[in-house]
Amino acid sequence: MAVQPAPRSLVPSVSRPEAVVDTTTPDGFGPGRVMRKAVFVVALVAVTALFVYPLIWLLSASLKPPAEVFSSDFIGSEVRWDNYTRLFQMAPILTWGWNSLVVTLLGATAVTFSSAMVAFAFSYFRFRYRDGLFLLVLATMMLPGAVLMIPQFLIWDGLGLNNTLYPLWAGNLFGSAFYIFMLRQFLLTLPRELFEAARVDGAGYFRLWWNIALPLTRSALIVVFLFELKVLWTDLVRPLIFLRDVQLFTLPRGLKAIIDNPAIGGQQQWELLAAGSVLVTLPMVVLFFIFQRYFTEGIATTGSTGR
Amino acid sequence: MSANTGLTNQQREFRWAMVFMSPWIVGFLVFMAGPMLWSLWLSFTDYDPLRANTAFVGLDNYRELLVDPEVRTSLWNTVFFTVFYVPGTIASGLALALLLQRVGRAVGFFRTAFYLPNITPAVAVGALFLLLLNGRDGLVNQALRAIGLPGPSWLNDPAWIKPGVILMMLWSVGSTVIIYLAALQNVPRDLYEAAEVDGAGAWHKFRYITLPMISGAIFFTLIINTIASLQLFTEVYAMFFGGQESGAAGQAALFYVIYLFRNAFEFFAMGYASALAWVLFVVIGIITVIQVKTSKRWVYYEGD
Repeated sequence: MAVQPAPRSLVPSVSRPEAVVDTTTPDGFGPGRVMRKAVFVVALVAVTALFVYPLIWLLSASLKPPAEVFSSDFIGSEVRWDNYTRLFQMAPILTWGWNSLVVTLLGATAVTFSSAMVAFAFSYFRFRYRDGLFLLVLATMMLPGAVLMIPQFLIWDGLGLNNTLYPLWAGNLFGSAFYIFMLRQFLLTLPRELFEAARVDGAGYFRLWWNIALPLTRSALIVVFLFELKVLWTDLVRPLIFLRDVQLFTLPRGLKAIIDNPAIGGQQQWELLAAGSVLVTLPMVVLFFIFQRYFTEGIATTGSTGR
Repeated sequence: MSANTGLTNQQREFRWAMVFMSPWIVGFLVFMAGPMLWSLWLSFTDYDPLRANTAFVGLDNYRELLVDPEVRTSLWNTVFFTVFYVPGTIASGLALALLLQRVGRAVGFFRTAFYLPNITPAVAVGALFLLLLNGRDGLVNQALRAIGLPGPSWLNDPAWIKPGVILMMLWSVGSTVIIYLAALQNVPRDLYEAAEVDGAGAWHKFRYITLPMISGAIFFTLIINTIASLQLFTEVYAMFFGGQESGAAGQAALFYVIYLFRNAFEFFAMGYASALAWVLFVVIGIITVIQVKTSKRWVYYEGD
């Protein structure tokens, strides 16, 4: 990340259609141009189908009778909603969903506020070692997660919190380098006079942060919150490491159990495997469509979703 | 504020700065610096959480991983994957971005569509590709047979497991496309106009304007995709490990971090796994440094 020229702001929309550079050579009208246009449209539809169709197919497979999961018919001989009811009866899906919801909301809230606090320290205050510390923050982004897996497991285990939901989200109380970096860039665009004026009026530093910095960075905070929702909702590694108890599983960990256990899906009852995958995926798709603007702005300015 | 009266402004500011910094400082010490040192220490021991005694074994773990055939297998698999996946995702990402760039007003719709695989949880991607890559009836093989090609046994044939994994991971090229698309939009239009005046063709404009102008974005994706490839884990683990015995897939799909994870959390050889982790850390560090150093030769930043 450090090598990337710093994104200055999240605000400029990347979706301005007029900003799209059209590099096609103007070659007049006539059959050649029509042909080319046709090839272009066909290519576009074909590649779009590659990304979208598997997900639609997954949904359709989850509603088919067992024997027809792989058939090329888009809709089976009957629509089997009871694939889902069966899955709900065989596996504690609601419990898993609740666990996922708890972890996701707590973790995303925690990381948003803690990162915003630290980002404020780096953007507003001037103190010795500030730039050195900030470099250290950037450097931690290079730490491969795989290296930290074992000792972090030992730390949570030492705290007696192994096989609880805490290790899945509570680390977020301490901020995350990626978001600190992102929010700092954003805060630096705010004119300092805003803060100075409030200082003159007698506002304390906490009020500067809470009443000025936070409201003015609202859209960036939403991006952080959404990115982290996605990171936490989709995480399988931590649940694999920390959760033993089936009742504590999150939805992704539950889906892994479905993959592994032929009794509730496995690689035999394909329609249940498909249904489980839909249940894990659908909330993300809905979230993505509702908050699309924030997602695409965030991705284009930071180059990824989440830490 | 009255409690602070003995302090100069600067001291007070510093205190408050530290208050705002405190979450990160605590997190850094407890969840990063501490763990890093701890895992370095562990890598010189035979630590096993299920055993009472832990012995200091010096460099034994590092010596063992040099001769461990599974390390060799997992390294080979990981390098194989990276060598095909990273150029593959950059090339296809660039091709798709150039395609989308011509769409005009509807670009938002297609960008969203391309990004859908990226918001699909990794474990669901694994499950989905267990279905899609099914050797007998999977969608991929149905499509291949429709055009007269034999459908390989993607999930069972050791020779086809890695190509299947590459295919699966390439499905998530959307994030790379979005990065390139944003970079393409920042290429100044007048460069193309000037080139057209000079009679440059489409290829020339791509090679001498587009490519240099987005080289920063390409470099960025090269680094993040390489680092991510070396840590490939979730999708593949979800498909082939942890549950039913993996058989042939156990070797062909054994990527480095999967082997690390199994050592740590399935075999509880945490000392050995820590050594594996540190080797990975050093390798990723070296690759990052090499990529950053050599980038000066081929990355163009505006204003240089």
